[in-house]
Amino acid sequence: MNPNYLDFEQPIAELEDKIESLRMVGHNNADIDIHKEIETLRNKSDALTKKIYSSLKPWDIVKIARHPQRPYSVDYIPLIFEEFDELHGDRLFADDPAIICGLAWLERQAVAVIAQEKGRNTNDKIKRNFGMVRPEGYRKALRIMEMAERFHLPIITLIDTPGAYPGIDSEERGISEAIACNLARMSNLSVPIICIVIGEGSSGGAIGIGVGDRLYMLQYTTYFVISPEGCANIIWKSAEKAPLAAEAMGVTPDVLIRLGIVDDVIEEPLGGAHRDLPLTASRIKKHLVKNLNLLRNIEISQLLQERYQRLMSYGNPV
Amino acid sequence: MSWLDNIIPSIMRGKDTTHRNVVPEGLWIRCGDCENSLYRPELEKALNVCPKCGVHMRISARRRLDIFLDPPSRTELATDIGPIDALKFKDTKRYRERLSAAQKKTGETEALIVIAGQLKGIPVVAAAFDFNFLGGSMGYAVGERFTQGARHALEQKMPFIVFSATGGARMQEALISLMQMAKTASMIERMKVAGVPYISVLTDPVYGGVSASLASLGDINIAEPGVRAGFSGPNIIRETIRVELPEGFQRGEFLLSHGAIDMIVRRSEMREMIARLLSKMLNISLKSP
Repeated sequence: MNPNYLDFEQPIAELEDKIESLRMVGHNNADIDIHKEIETLRNKSDALTKKIYSSLKPWDIVKIARHPQRPYSVDYIPLIFEEFDELHGDRLFADDPAIICGLAWLERQAVAVIAQEKGRNTNDKIKRNFGMVRPEGYRKALRIMEMAERFHLPIITLIDTPGAYPGIDSEERGISEAIACNLARMSNLSVPIICIVIGEGSSGGAIGIGVGDRLYMLQYTTYFVISPEGCANIIWKSAEKAPLAAEAMGVTPDVLIRLGIVDDVIEEPLGGAHRDLPLTASRIKKHLVKNLNLLRNIEISQLLQERYQRLMSYGNPV
Repeated sequence: MSWLDNIIPSIMRGKDTTHRNVVPEGLWIRCGDCENSLYRPELEKALNVCPKCGVHMRISARRRLDIFLDPPSRTELATDIGPIDALKFKDTKRYRERLSAAQKKTGETEALIVIAGQLKGIPVVAAAFDFNFLGGSMGYAVGERFTQGARHALEQKMPFIVFSATGGARMQEALISLMQMAKTASMIERMKVAGVPYISVLTDPVYGGVSASLASLGDINIAEPGVRAGFSGPNIIRETIRVELPEGFQRGEFLLSHGAIDMIVRRSEMREMIARLLSKMLNISLKSP
């Protein structure tokens, strides 16, 4: 099994392997023309990818959202923003590397960026605590968001976390309070707030930086109140039933748009964001620039009124 | 076991039912904690606090509000708000069936009850979670009832007191439940801005999405003795970090010493204490009883 491809993508992996070996043959034998053969296989591989990706199940999307090669915040930030200056620390206890905060330019508009980061290699994952945020992370985020409010800077949040950190220290320092405070304050910060789920939006850990005027999701991302594994454990007493739980809970953008929680989906390249990072980043950027311009044209009092209406509408019978 | 399921902790999976389990039938009740047999009328007179060992047994939302508010002039709010099954959620059972069973079991239509009334003559809005209704979990109706209670408090400039007893957000309403966290927190922010007192009382247990929203945001946070409260349930933490949890972890004294709550108050003194606090917050003197 090719680890760069998910289980349901293995037929694609086989084709890609063939293409790669043909390339090697062509490279070593200048007199053999394999271009045509490669092109045929390339088309076949694309067609197969299209076919597989047109009938993904929610559980498949959970896997793509957690793909080991999936772009993280540190990959997107330099491609979406210019001159990102990272700011550290909650001024109370520590700096939490599971949340990256800073100021940057989005085209010619200065913005505050709040982004969850899972970490790529082992050391980085440990440093970032796999994207599991501690109270300090939420408090750092709030400190930067309140500063953004003072300087009238819009806030962009990138959501990607397996959840707030379930640890003793996390509880001791009030993880509940930290998340709750962010929810309360984000509801009335007098600057535009745009939130984008770029990978995994897990529960309280995600919504802790997820209250705003617009909520977007990349195409192959998930947002849930409890992980499908956790849900399956409670109901079926087995994490193996996670695919069923993912189905039942409606964790993907299409369902969440229908429920009126998510505003729009940002399309990913064929085969997922990790197959073409620059293209994904440019689509996010375009989406952000366009919608931020729209939001910036709304009077702040009107914006806050609309944010309030938005919060009040969640779950209302239609 | 995944460590991701912070929102619905171990308590709801029924593994950790050490005490509070009291056989409800008959004239005699055995205390789940000290195992003494208790005479039911006597126990009820003691507000379901064991006269032998002092353990605070779990009580229904309606009884909670009944023993908290002054008897006259009570109006229940948001009674027309009931559960909505937007996802047509189904696992081994339909969510609708689970709802019907919970309604039958508790005699309530949802897990939160909101009543406008008086506390020692102070007009207040008070709400209580019913843990027997799907683990006191918060879905659309709980969030909406809370919101309507808060709105009433804001309009009438009345303090809002909420007794939580919950496993967290309601899984069967998925992300709609999660969004109730933001919705309720935003109402508390409005009360804060308007100077309307909001008091959160934690009663055993308070976890997950309710802990990380409305239960942690009181101007004053109070806990009943014996409470267990936190974001992640103890089993999830144990499974994630694979370390034994310290004695008294997430209990009242732990919450107090780590600065999460202002005080621990016995059930029998709850009325008195909250009235005293409110009278100062509102700078009004209480009519002597």
